[in-house]
Amino acid sequence: MGKVFAFHGGIHPPQNKQQSTGLAIQPGPVPKTVRLPVQQHIGAPAQPLVTVGQRVLKGQLIAEPGGRLSVAIHASVSGTVTAVGMMQVAHSSGMDALCIEIENDRLDEWVPHAGLEDFRSLNSNDLADFIRGKGVAGMGGAGFPTDVKLHVGDHHIINTLVINAAECEPYITADDMLMRERADQVIAGIGVICHMLKPSHVMIGIEDNKPQAIRALQQAALGNRHNIDVVVVPTKYPSGGEKQLIKLLTGVEVPSGGIPADVGIVCQNVGTAVAIHRAVAHGEPLISRVVTMTGDALARPHNMEVAIGTPFVDLLDQANLKENQLARLVVGGPMMGFTVNDDELPITKTTNCLIAATWEEMPEANPAQSCIRCGQCEQACPVELLPQQLHWFAKGREFDKAKNHNLFDCIECGACSYVCPSEIPLVQYYRFAKAEIRKEEAETRKADHAKKRFEARVARQEAEVAEKEARRKQRAEAAVKAQAVKKDKLEADAAKPAVTADAAAPVTDIKALKTAAAVTRTKLRQVEKALKNAENKGLEGVETLTQTVATLQTKADAAQQAYDEALNPAAAAPAPVLDLKQLKTNAAVARTKLRQAEKALAKAQDSGEGDIAALQARLTEQQAKTELAQAAYDTAESGEAAPAVAPAISAEQLAELKADWDAAQAKVAKAQAALDTAIANESPAAEKMKAGVAKLQAKADEAKKAYDDAASPVTAAAAPAISAEQLAELQADVDGMTAKVSKAQAALDTAIANESPAAEKMTAGVAKLQARLDEAVQALQAAGGAVAEPVVEPEPELDLKALKQQVSIMRTKLRKVEKAVEAAEESGEDTSELVADQAQLQQRFEAAKAQFDAEEAALVARAAEEGVDLKQLKIDAAMARAAVTKAERALAKVTEPDDQQEKLAQALEAAKQKAEQLNSTLSRFE
Amino acid sequence: MNLVFLAVLVLLALGAAFGLILGYASIRFKVEGNPLVDEIDGLLPQTQCGQCGYPGCRPYAEAIAEGDVINKCPPGGQGTVDALAGLLDIESMALDAEDAAAEPIKSIAYIREDECIGCTKCIQACPVDAILGAAKQMHTVITSECTGCDLCVEPCPVDCIDMLPIETTLTSWKWDQPKPGVELIATDRRGAVHEGAA
Repeated sequence: MGKVFAFHGGIHPPQNKQQSTGLAIQPGPVPKTVRLPVQQHIGAPAQPLVTVGQRVLKGQLIAEPGGRLSVAIHASVSGTVTAVGMMQVAHSSGMDALCIEIENDRLDEWVPHAGLEDFRSLNSNDLADFIRGKGVAGMGGAGFPTDVKLHVGDHHIINTLVINAAECEPYITADDMLMRERADQVIAGIGVICHMLKPSHVMIGIEDNKPQAIRALQQAALGNRHNIDVVVVPTKYPSGGEKQLIKLLTGVEVPSGGIPADVGIVCQNVGTAVAIHRAVAHGEPLISRVVTMTGDALARPHNMEVAIGTPFVDLLDQANLKENQLARLVVGGPMMGFTVNDDELPITKTTNCLIAATWEEMPEANPAQSCIRCGQCEQACPVELLPQQLHWFAKGREFDKAKNHNLFDCIECGACSYVCPSEIPLVQYYRFAKAEIRKEEAETRKADHAKKRFEARVARQEAEVAEKEARRKQRAEAAVKAQAVKKDKLEADAAKPAVTADAAAPVTDIKALKTAAAVTRTKLRQVEKALKNAENKGLEGVETLTQTVATLQTKADAAQQAYDEALNPAAAAPAPVLDLKQLKTNAAVARTKLRQAEKALAKAQDSGEGDIAALQARLTEQQAKTELAQAAYDTAESGEAAPAVAPAISAEQLAELKADWDAAQAKVAKAQAALDTAIANESPAAEKMKAGVAKLQAKADEAKKAYDDAASPVTAAAAPAISAEQLAELQADVDGMTAKVSKAQAALDTAIANESPAAEKMTAGVAKLQARLDEAVQALQAAGGAVAEPVVEPEPELDLKALKQQVSIMRTKLRKVEKAVEAAEESGEDTSELVADQAQLQQRFEAAKAQFDAEEAALVARAAEEGVDLKQLKIDAAMARAAVTKAERALAKVTEPDDQQEKLAQALEAAKQKAEQLNSTLSRFE
Repeated sequence: MNLVFLAVLVLLALGAAFGLILGYASIRFKVEGNPLVDEIDGLLPQTQCGQCGYPGCRPYAEAIAEGDVINKCPPGGQGTVDALAGLLDIESMALDAEDAAAEPIKSIAYIREDECIGCTKCIQACPVDAILGAAKQMHTVITSECTGCDLCVEPCPVDCIDMLPIETTLTSWKWDQPKPGVELIATDRRGAVHEGAA
């Protein structure tokens, strides 16, 4: 016998237990049908396993646990399932719940079942699973799944097992009778629990109003291997509350919000212990329980062992209900039970008592009066709460405050309502407040969840948009890259033949080279135009354009060079190694060209338009070239026929060799310059160009060697015999450079005038151009030609384009000032200054316009002199360019190498040639 | 004179020191965003229904923080309005809705699945991804995720979505507030005087 502690508060209501203890536990009525709710416990509802019409045996599993915190349901009778559906159950709400209805065939046919021969051979997990399979739930009232409680040993150290035998609520004697009659089963059940939880101490807490039960338990516990104490506690409501009983027996208070296992204690009801024993020893699932039938309206109140699911009415019949006296049918005890209006409701695993009360016994509660703050409720509260304060909070819907006053520690025992002099239904207020708080919390949880999902969705959508954008960008970049690659390829195509031509030049595709050179030139011009445009407008991107111009310039130079070299292989290649075949090819090419030129001329003459004069000039040129080539071929052939090569080299040949060397040197210089620019611009072609330069250098060396070889025997050839033609070429180079410099200078001036941000860049560009000009001049001087004059000052003749721009700028400015004047006049301000400005601008504009007109007129006149309509020419050139682009596109579209592609390629070639021709003509006038 | 000079100097030094501390603190402890918005957002029901005229609860919370009225949330009901008024310490106001109910009936969407043509329009409309389905496949609402925002009803081309009030089950059932008994007398409550009591 241990020391008994005390808990705060508590009440002493009339016991009313003796009415139902007169008879031993009687077998319950045999129900016609049983109704088994799938939820008779705390936790998730069980999941039905049977269908309507199915025959089930007694003890057969008909619904399996619907989760970890759930309990299996077994058929309590043998028979046929007649319904699985919503039926009314014993619940304070009076609502329907899912039930399985079985019609009893009264055969009482058990499903095969057997207990465990030696439960000690099983470990506690397997044993708990076995008990779970038998559908055992707490029999004290709450119906907590027993197996879950038996698993607490997994996470807690359990040193004390408390068996709740207090049965403190008035009227109820089910546990009392059970202990009196089946104390051995209680002790056996405790043995099973002890095997699983291994507590060091077992305490059976029992109120001192059950002396027979105490005696029976003490006898049964005698000689038990477990350390079992039957602790008698004073009768006080609610000592049967789990936490109250623990306080009574151990003096330990279970923390708020915690479970007894937190302090090393597990609490089980005696009824549960018996159920565990029967499950383990006999394999019987929980299909019946002891129910106290009591109340003044019953003639024979007693306890009976009832099949779960039996309707109340059968029990009431067996207890001889005096129907006319029944005022209230209460399920559970008078303190915590609830009233039901239907006697067809079923007994569940947690129904421990039915009170058929008369009016006198349980009168209707009087209307509640106002709280007088007497404080009696506080005195009675076993949990040491402030009931009246909680009542006020609940009434005023101040749920937060109620929660802060530990409302959720309330066990709803009803002690406060019992003592309340104003008869306020306090517990109902607490239940209401608890439900509201729970609902609010559930809503908050749901809102948080919805918020999370919403945010996730928004994030996902944003990510999708970003991804799309990234993909789009990637595509654009890829397109740009592809274009660049295409350009590079084109460039390489232009450069490669140049290199090969430099190296050996046996199979130079002159046409391709020419096209490449022309295309590059055209592009260069286009970009230059764009650059100028951009500079005018002071747009951004001038920098890039400038770079592009530089790169293109180098490319154009390279292409042109390659073309030139290819055209003139005899000059490039060392003279002694003249290839007969090559010569033949050259002659053939020249002939083809001649024919083409003739054709073009004829066409132009036919249509009566185009640059006939130019074409004619070209034709003559071609003729000359063809003749030259033919002559060279003939000479070589005849030389081969007569292999006796004259050792004496003529002065002319020597001069030629010298020219070769010089030309090679000039080329090297040029290429070097181009390379420098390219490196400065970080052009990707720089490396290629470097190789080209090296090759050129080698070639120049070769040429020098050849010259030296030739010159050593012929001492006479000392004069730097540079041909007039080459000199002219250099001169043209210098002139072109000068023009470029002046053009750039003009553009720069315009930019500075407009305060364009690109001015600085352009200054650099001009300096570069100037440097190149100097180089060219040097080359010319080296070649022996006299530079006509140091072309430092810009040409007196302004560029036509620049003039045009200036005119338009002036016009714009003039218009602006005019507008300003108008505005000023309207607002009545002094306009004299503005008018003066306007006049000045007008003057300047007129001057510029006059200059431009004069220039243009001169140009047109010049063109007309040559029989060219400048305007028409321009239009033609533009159209030809468009045709080239079109042809290129068409060619790009066709992927299969068939006739069509070839045709297209030919068309493209033709279009390119035409465009080039027109362009070259046009460029002469601009 | 010297004393005055000293005092001025000391005050200047103090001012400079505190200024530095405050300046540092304003950088070191800078609060990103408006914390009030979070609090307001916490009170809103997060149905993301847009009935307030803003695209979601948070935008409305931001608008309230900027000074918008607090009674534009029908799903939250009067309770939310009151809670917002309490938070912002302003006068509570009546809910701005046509059929304003203090306690709005919570409902969730149900798709009449036989009629669904699988157009995915409701899926795109759902702010919380609570509708499951694919093109030309039947759609269904994940009831546990549905906030009852109503947004899927409008886009449905065959009108197969119903907003049904959430049924009370045994688990969601809750006790009502007890009627204040002082308004009744015993006989009223019983309906008739019981024989036994008479």
